[in-house]
Amino acid sequence: MSKLVLGPFNRVEGDLEVSLEVSDGAVHSARVNAPLYRGFEPMLLGKAPLDALAIVPRICGICSVAQSAAAASALAEAMGLTSPPNGRLARNLIQAGENLADHLTHFYLFFMPDFARAAYAAKPWFAETEGRFKAQTGRATAEMLPARAGFMRLQGYLAGKWPHTMALQPGGTTRAVLAAEKIRLYAVLREFRAWLESTLFGDALETVAVLDSADALRAWAAGRQADFPRFLALADDLGLQQVGRAGNLFLSVGAYPGSVGSLFPAGVWDGAKGRRAELDTARIVEDLSHAWLAGDAPQAPAQGQTRPLLEKEDAYTWCKAPRYGGQVAEVGALARQLVAGQPLAQDLVRDQSPKSGGKSAGGNVTARIVARMLEIAALIPAMENWVQQLAPGEPFCAHGERPDAAVGVGLTEAARGSLGHWLTVKNGAIAGYQIIAPTTWNFSPRDAAGTPGPLEQALVGLPIPKDEAAPVLVQHVVRSFDPCMVCTVH
Amino acid sequence: MNLLWLQAGGCGGCTLSLLGADARDLLRQLEDVGIRVLFHPALSEASGPEALAILEDAASGKVPVDILCVEGAVLRGPNGSGRFHILAGTGIPMLDWVQRLAGQARHVFAIGSCTAFGGVPAAGENSTDACGLQFEGDEKGGVLGVDWRSAAGLPVVNVAGCPTHPGWVVDSLMALALGQLGNNDLDALQRPRFYSDQLVHHGCPRNEFYEFKASAHKPSELGCLMENLGCKGTQAHADCNTRVWNGVGSCLRGGYPCISCTEPGFEEPGHPFMETPKVAGIPIGLPSDMPKAWFVALAALSKSATPKRVRENAAADHPVVMPAIRKTGLK
Repeated sequence: MSKLVLGPFNRVEGDLEVSLEVSDGAVHSARVNAPLYRGFEPMLLGKAPLDALAIVPRICGICSVAQSAAAASALAEAMGLTSPPNGRLARNLIQAGENLADHLTHFYLFFMPDFARAAYAAKPWFAETEGRFKAQTGRATAEMLPARAGFMRLQGYLAGKWPHTMALQPGGTTRAVLAAEKIRLYAVLREFRAWLESTLFGDALETVAVLDSADALRAWAAGRQADFPRFLALADDLGLQQVGRAGNLFLSVGAYPGSVGSLFPAGVWDGAKGRRAELDTARIVEDLSHAWLAGDAPQAPAQGQTRPLLEKEDAYTWCKAPRYGGQVAEVGALARQLVAGQPLAQDLVRDQSPKSGGKSAGGNVTARIVARMLEIAALIPAMENWVQQLAPGEPFCAHGERPDAAVGVGLTEAARGSLGHWLTVKNGAIAGYQIIAPTTWNFSPRDAAGTPGPLEQALVGLPIPKDEAAPVLVQHVVRSFDPCMVCTVH
Repeated sequence: MNLLWLQAGGCGGCTLSLLGADARDLLRQLEDVGIRVLFHPALSEASGPEALAILEDAASGKVPVDILCVEGAVLRGPNGSGRFHILAGTGIPMLDWVQRLAGQARHVFAIGSCTAFGGVPAAGENSTDACGLQFEGDEKGGVLGVDWRSAAGLPVVNVAGCPTHPGWVVDSLMALALGQLGNNDLDALQRPRFYSDQLVHHGCPRNEFYEFKASAHKPSELGCLMENLGCKGTQAHADCNTRVWNGVGSCLRGGYPCISCTEPGFEEPGHPFMETPKVAGIPIGLPSDMPKAWFVALAALSKSATPKRVRENAAADHPVVMPAIRKTGLK
């Protein structure tokens, strides 16, 4: 048995170290370490409740709006506020704007450059891939960044700036859109759509969004000159649909509320049974057994605490281990689409062996990437619709008194998955604040029962070639989750 | 010039902000002035052992580092050990890496307010003992010490902001590469003067409301945010409202107050962020360079002279009284 420590793990948000035990040329076990602790939860204690809106976005520069939205929701519950329709629409637009930009950043800057590594130099697709996706020099980066910056004007109009806006308030948003901006917002979206359709998809978004099976996807992608089809060709060649399988339980807290229901519903999808269940947040606990944090018994987040304890046997990360009804769960775009019943996502996780009866074999590299692309294709039309529904002149924000004693839970979906804030207010000040972030779920350590977290499971069994110091397949699997380590520990 | 970028105890938001730069091609723009990105955690191909080799070569002086950009506060705790932030794969605290690399670099840039002054990671009880590279709040010192100078003779360049504006980073780097960033181009807090010699108030679209002290009382209202909602734009140094963010925005344009994120100590204002502290009904934080007696007198006068349009619009979230259309040609 030999040991391989991979860090600093680049092109992920924040600090990540992955330790692998290797035997017989394959990963025998994996441990994931988040080596940065900043103490945001204790920092919030004693502050005025609304100060959370200035502090929590700064947990994370890439999920900044999601953190803000979760805090605003927790405060809304504590203050008994409901946003008027304009505020809900504007907030959906701001959140979708962040999530889409994050999907794009992940695909172009973090994930695809690994296929332009020298390890693939012998592949027939290498020259084209290197020209487009090579880190720092690839043409795709040079095309994507201006398109992304243009799309970010949406944040300029609605949120003042990105990241770290305070536009999201418990009762709605601070920036009432006027008729002039409503037109500009639509123009920004249409311009971005045109870029996506020409460069990323090579087809109309609506066509991509209705692809309903792996076969349909393959037929659609064949020979298509655009970046997502280029990925699909690589993924097929490298068998990435068979790689990086974690557990079979997927969780989403739901995203983009409408006047009735949400665009992506909340729920839990059990792939082994092929069944969706209602989400019961009372079943969420955090296990501390392998984190450098004080406390033995698993904690419900509403009662949770965060106290550093570096001298602790068995601990190897600052990350807590969230569990749902005692089980490991995966979150993210794939989980959202599985919970939503998206047929292509469900087909991509299906066990391909004849005896399986079509049950899920767990998430995999291809499915995680495809799910993000499906979301891009689905969200732009939804955003165009939301912009058209904005009613200038009608209110954007409801107002209330700051709470003296209250509790509130804020649940939302960041690009990388489910995010929850659990707030307690006593004597007009924050008395409890606990956060469970998406990558806290996905990159969680072992729990007290010794069950590894999703990434730790996904890495087991991967071949480790002797001549690769940083095995590229490991990198694909790690980055397929689009981890955000600064959110993970906060 | 080789540029090496490290992410310390921050949020990564300054890098994400930088990616929104309004350049047609950000990396080519830097290359055009001779800056080559040797290593950046979000942009470089190198990962794991490959990344470590680059960092080790830089720290040992084998490969020259012309510009070291550090993003994020440096966490000195617990008990001075730096173990709240170990650089992954090395077992060595980021604190030590920053000190080693800063010792080699010709120039050191603190990217964002937490790198410059401590910022949000130093808020509350500062249990991680976070501080900036050459400041701890507004006290000089920090990780590198008061007297520290880079190999080229400059103190740490504090590209403060939370996040920092992409233009502040790009233009600071370009100014350096073009030989236009010397000691005289930095203010007393070591921020590049091209953006810090201005106030956020300059170019604020709410200036007409400010003139008449026609104030908003609740979030989303159009009025001036200084009197009630905690806005520090008349004191905070930055060009946010003339440069603007994401093409069209700023905090004020977004409807929420300036929290003076380019200033040391902004993370602990001593009052709720969205409330203005007052004594006898008068805001404590008066506009920079304004004598208090004159401010009070002018405020009283301008409030009494407020036009109906300005007064009513200040308390609404969209204009409810439109500017009069004059019957004759404008003079």
